[in-house]
Amino acid sequence: MKFELRGITKRFPGVVANDNVNLSVSTGEVLALIGENGAGKSTLMNVLYGLYHPDEGELLIDGKATHFSSPADAIAAGIGMVHQHFMLVPVMTVAENVVLGVEPTGRFGSLDIEEARRMVREVSDKYHLELDPDAVIEDLSVGVRQRVEIVKVLMREAKIVVFDEPTAVLTPSEILEFFAIVRSLVDSGRGVIFITHKLKEALSIADRINVLRRGKVVGEALPKNATEDSIAEMMVGRAVQLVVDKATAQPGDVMLGVNSISVVDADGRTVVDDVSFDVRTGEIVAIAGVQGNGQTELVEAIAGMRRVAQGAISLAGRDITNESPRGRHTAGMAHIPEDRQRQGIVTDMSIVENLVLTRYHDAAFSQGIRMKWGAAATKADELVAAYDIRTTDASQAATTLSGGNQQKVVVARELSRDIRLAVAAQPTRGIDVGSIEYVHAQMVKARDMGIAVLVVSTELDEVMSLADRVLVMYRGRIVANVDPKKVSHMDVGLYMAGSQPAGASA
Amino acid sequence: MSDTLKSLRFTLLAIVAALFVSAFIIVITDIEALGDGNFGKAFSTLGSAYWGLFKGSFGSLRAISNTITGATPLLLAGLAVSSAFKAGLFNIGATGQMLAGAMTGLWVGFAFQLPAVLHVPLALLAAGVGGAMFGAIPGVLKARTGAHEVITTIMLNGIASFTVLWVLKTEPFKRPGRDDAISKFTEESARLPKLFGFLGDRIDLLAHTGFLVALLATFAFWWLLRKTTLGFEMQATGLNQEAARYAGMRPKSLMVTSMAIAGAFAGLAGGTEVLGLYGYASATVAGDIGFDAIAVALLGRSTPVGTLFAALLFGALQAGGRQMQVDTDVPIDLIIVLRALIVMFIAAPLLVKAMFRVKGDVQSFGQTFRGWGG
Repeated sequence: MKFELRGITKRFPGVVANDNVNLSVSTGEVLALIGENGAGKSTLMNVLYGLYHPDEGELLIDGKATHFSSPADAIAAGIGMVHQHFMLVPVMTVAENVVLGVEPTGRFGSLDIEEARRMVREVSDKYHLELDPDAVIEDLSVGVRQRVEIVKVLMREAKIVVFDEPTAVLTPSEILEFFAIVRSLVDSGRGVIFITHKLKEALSIADRINVLRRGKVVGEALPKNATEDSIAEMMVGRAVQLVVDKATAQPGDVMLGVNSISVVDADGRTVVDDVSFDVRTGEIVAIAGVQGNGQTELVEAIAGMRRVAQGAISLAGRDITNESPRGRHTAGMAHIPEDRQRQGIVTDMSIVENLVLTRYHDAAFSQGIRMKWGAAATKADELVAAYDIRTTDASQAATTLSGGNQQKVVVARELSRDIRLAVAAQPTRGIDVGSIEYVHAQMVKARDMGIAVLVVSTELDEVMSLADRVLVMYRGRIVANVDPKKVSHMDVGLYMAGSQPAGASA
Repeated sequence: MSDTLKSLRFTLLAIVAALFVSAFIIVITDIEALGDGNFGKAFSTLGSAYWGLFKGSFGSLRAISNTITGATPLLLAGLAVSSAFKAGLFNIGATGQMLAGAMTGLWVGFAFQLPAVLHVPLALLAAGVGGAMFGAIPGVLKARTGAHEVITTIMLNGIASFTVLWVLKTEPFKRPGRDDAISKFTEESARLPKLFGFLGDRIDLLAHTGFLVALLATFAFWWLLRKTTLGFEMQATGLNQEAARYAGMRPKSLMVTSMAIAGAFAGLAGGTEVLGLYGYASATVAGDIGFDAIAVALLGRSTPVGTLFAALLFGALQAGGRQMQVDTDVPIDLIIVLRALIVMFIAAPLLVKAMFRVKGDVQSFGQTFRGWGG
């Protein structure tokens, strides 16, 4: 089967989301659709899944024009979709979720759960998707949940499977498993459309790569004669610095001292277990680790948003273990939180308001209880220019910004303060290549100004290229403290998985 | 089109839609005329009903005075709901806070002998403080224990009502010679002057200077939101509590402060009713105002100016409704239906959008009030 989009144009008020897009995918191949956030990937995907109707252009199956008026039509035509945000009922079992909507029924319309189990087992055996039909979704890891979604699609006999940013939520090892699944789908005669913004993944799994920029397909590449740089350039429209350009670090005095701290979560589990390290002025220390190994809690403890069960934290020699978040801000700590939508910004507030969120109480922006909004607006304009925040007007709500620009707002606010330590958790998560480059450059700049920088990231590439020193966190403990220039990606990956590289001494 | 204009347009369309549906109700319930097959008469009933509605609310100085009298407590209580809502709190307790303010205002009103220039402000202050203290209770409960303010404010309304019922029968509140729950009168020096007092002593003009207090409170609310650090903190907490905590604000103490501010507005609503309209308090002094205030805040999208206009509209409907009842056989209950329809259309923007074939996005429109999760 060959599925083709010809001359697809989709307009929204004020924007052409897809502009004369042509692409095709056949069974037996993987097409990667790569582009930055806002390039039109999601719109295109919704068009081919029948959720949007194109203003111009047509969809063809095996050369025959077809029309999807709803996702049901797309499913019937053999198109399956695995969404980035899973559509599963958390309290139900795998089997119940998989048959939802196509339930096998026994007499009197009762659910034939035995048949449902059998159906799950059949599909999961056929494609080597290890799944327990009786497991409850909420107990499963993200990687396994994704497998449930894939089984759902396969049960509906999809010929072409569309994955929307499938690896965004996966750990490095889950990504490898996922690639194996994609391969087995292709080997069994299915076609795959893989939507991503990650260059490395597109290069390693796709047979062909289509690059989308501002709604247009700006290029097609074959992985064997393309490089990350060449594709990044197509995506962004200019040459991009993928490797962080920085001089050797000149570490000074200890700025942040973390002295055997432990953090216990709400369920009484020790999530940070006797962790000690320090960060000096003029160096970038990165904490690597698979999501969920205590990094989130560690950062929150350092930032004062979570109580430590034991141990001490100091900033420039002063004990701040029991200091409030505000107290830490004034002592010179900047905090770029892990989840900008949840903590870093108030999306319904203006860019101006967001740019003073952690500093509105400074004498520059308020006097007593009176806000000096004029001064805040002036400062905001300055920061919008200096940090290249793409907006027409800083009085607009932060929701109008793309993810990358929202992150720039957080970075601008935090790094432009008078700070001595910057703590950045997942500073480039979910943002586009151009913004990543920019955020990295800002952190190096901060380091070169003599600021101590602590970065926590699950992206191994980011850790290795940005850091002057790498700590690896596993199950709440720091298991390695290495120089990124002296170890390989592979070695750090092994530490992240809880094992030791051959020949390493603990 | 700016968001403000867009939401204003939808609000107006919702009102138009509600008037339209109410018109339909008036016509089809004019059984007498319809029974005779006399559609013309049914439509003339409609005409005189809506004419009465207008005449009774804006048609004369007396009508305007009535509108203002009705709008005054609705505006103050509406601010109590709006201000809490801006901080992410759903204040159903305006009734209880009004009663608290009414009682403290009343007490200062009769317990002291002072010149009016001191007595009035002092009594109003007492009303505000009484409401604030009562309003702070659900704030403290939420901050300390996580108890949801919707539940606690409703319960506190009950507590306030029954406490007032009891207090009004005890010394020193009790009116001599009466056994029912009705208080003695305040001193004349504690009464709010009549708004149209400068026109001579016209007893048919009930509007009092409590309306000016309400306008001042509206301005104070606007100033708080737009010009102060506290207002900024309240709004940040209301929109994203986690981000507020991250930013070093203290959401728990803000909950208490916000509820106290809300309670102060409602307390003033109770106080101005006692000191401006009645001169005494009874168990029904708060009436349904505390609940109507929720609709006022919803209609006004919790903004200062929006709440002001919504309160004026509701005050006008109330005043005009009485005239409508006098002029035609249409009962004043229709006003309740009309108000309910307005709120319903506000809450169902897609319906309005479909009715008027409005193009464009309405997603943000229906979310004036968020869910219960907070």
